[in-house]
Amino acid sequence: MKIYEMTLAGLIEARDSKRIKPGEILAAFQTRTEEVEERVRSFLDRPRDLAAEYEDSKNGKFAGIPVALKANMATSKLTTSCGSSILEDYRTPYQSTVADKITGSGGVIAGKTNMDEFAMGSTTEHSAYQVTRNPWNLDHVPGGSSGGSAAAVAAGEVPCALGSDTGGSIRQPAAFCGVVGFKPTYGVVSRYGLAAFASSLDQIGPLTRTVEDAAITLNIISGVDPLDSTSARIDHPDYTGKLDQDIAGMSFGLPSSYLEMDIDEEIRNQVLEAAEKLREAGAEVREIELPPADLALAAYYIIATAEASSNLARYDGVQYGTRQSGDNVRDMFVNTRSFSFGPEVKRRIMLGTFALSSGYQDELYKKALKVRTVIKEKYEKVFSEIDIILGPNSPAPAFKIGEDMDPLDVYYTDIFTVPVNISGFPALSLPAGFSEQGLPLSVQLIGPAFGEVELLQAASGLEKRLDVPTLAALEKGR
Amino acid sequence: MISREEIAHIAELASLKLTEEEKEEFSEQLSDVLNYINKILEVDTEGVEPTYYPLPSSNILREDEVTNQDRRQEMLEQAPDKEDDQFKVPGIEQKE
Repeated sequence: MKIYEMTLAGLIEARDSKRIKPGEILAAFQTRTEEVEERVRSFLDRPRDLAAEYEDSKNGKFAGIPVALKANMATSKLTTSCGSSILEDYRTPYQSTVADKITGSGGVIAGKTNMDEFAMGSTTEHSAYQVTRNPWNLDHVPGGSSGGSAAAVAAGEVPCALGSDTGGSIRQPAAFCGVVGFKPTYGVVSRYGLAAFASSLDQIGPLTRTVEDAAITLNIISGVDPLDSTSARIDHPDYTGKLDQDIAGMSFGLPSSYLEMDIDEEIRNQVLEAAEKLREAGAEVREIELPPADLALAAYYIIATAEASSNLARYDGVQYGTRQSGDNVRDMFVNTRSFSFGPEVKRRIMLGTFALSSGYQDELYKKALKVRTVIKEKYEKVFSEIDIILGPNSPAPAFKIGEDMDPLDVYYTDIFTVPVNISGFPALSLPAGFSEQGLPLSVQLIGPAFGEVELLQAASGLEKRLDVPTLAALEKGR
Repeated sequence: MISREEIAHIAELASLKLTEEEKEEFSEQLSDVLNYINKILEVDTEGVEPTYYPLPSSNILREDEVTNQDRRQEMLEQAPDKEDDQFKVPGIEQKE
């Protein structure tokens, strides 16, 4: 097996038993990236020489492991453009907590990955810079908004990447690219240094080739952070703790009404097949009733855009980023924002501003927050009866690049992923197979708040029984 | 339906200047999205408290001590325009 084909767990084991050196790991991934990056285009910025970034002194768990970070996470080197031209070439004067944790444990930041501008989008085509391609089929999108991170992992450019998930932005690209994508419970991973999209929904998490790798990464990046007042004040467990424990006896809930919605036939079958595998493994699978998915989606698009309109008010051309000239300061703000924000960002700022404007704030925004409570309580009730929810993730496999879609149709693709952002619960996208066309298919597993350990246990159990390849070959000439 | 006048008003609030085409497009698209979103109005939320954050938490306080260093030059490094160690912006008043 070539080094770039190894999983994160495999690399760590081989390094600890002195079969490979950190420098060799970094060189191997550098070579792989140089081979495939021209076709995949995952990265917006990356160091020239990965091995040169490695510091011998930092001899931790991630020593010599290259990790790609989404371009909305601040790093002391490399640009943090958020996929937006308003932050072109922007270098932050500080570093995010997750970047600190990666480098502090010996890991090397392998680059900043492409994304939909300010994490708004589902295809990564809303990047101001480049189109990233799906490593399994270069004519298709990698999903979004963490599309660069998902593509980099599926292409073998890195064994591990970080993404951010506001309404599915880790899980949907993971599904499109056939890798594991994990959004932990809100507050498990510090958001310090993550450019805010919707502060009550955003959460950082790993994209990896296996469930074990996701758990290992979560052990590194999780933790209480005094710099993030929304970081959960909890005792963090060993997230790999129950990976080897059997799933026999666990109970899974299958939201049958979700499967009757407008979703791809192959995905529906994949979810049912996964349920069958769980039963074969001795787990119980029973039908459950979840709150209507379209209500969660409606509430989400009010809350997310309202918070975004407020968070993105900071991009005014004063302290950092690009500036357009104006006759007075107000004109300068308006010209800068109007020139530099892309259409999707403007659309969402407009919707959020509308939802917060006088006359609508109570009717729409407050109402959405109350619906959020209703949805969250219904999920909590379900979790008093079962351990884990099994359901669909993206309602369809990866779209073609350049496909013309209405904004509402694109928003619909988030329908199964947004409920857990609303509630704060952890959820994982697990590769489940391939469509007839050869595109990855996935299922989603959801756990209760801070139920990461059991969720990872369940995902690992199902993963072993599905046994799906997670590395795209990307042979030359394709 | 959100009218073009309303769109212009929202754009003003959001510090955005829209082209005529953008106004037309957003008027249509936001009306569609709003029609979809309006379904939350049917939910009975009588007596329900709003959830601002997914986890219950109160204000996190710390001692009021200065912990950050003076990093003025680093902060100014990325400024689009600066003068005398300060951010510089055009005047508040309209130029004649």
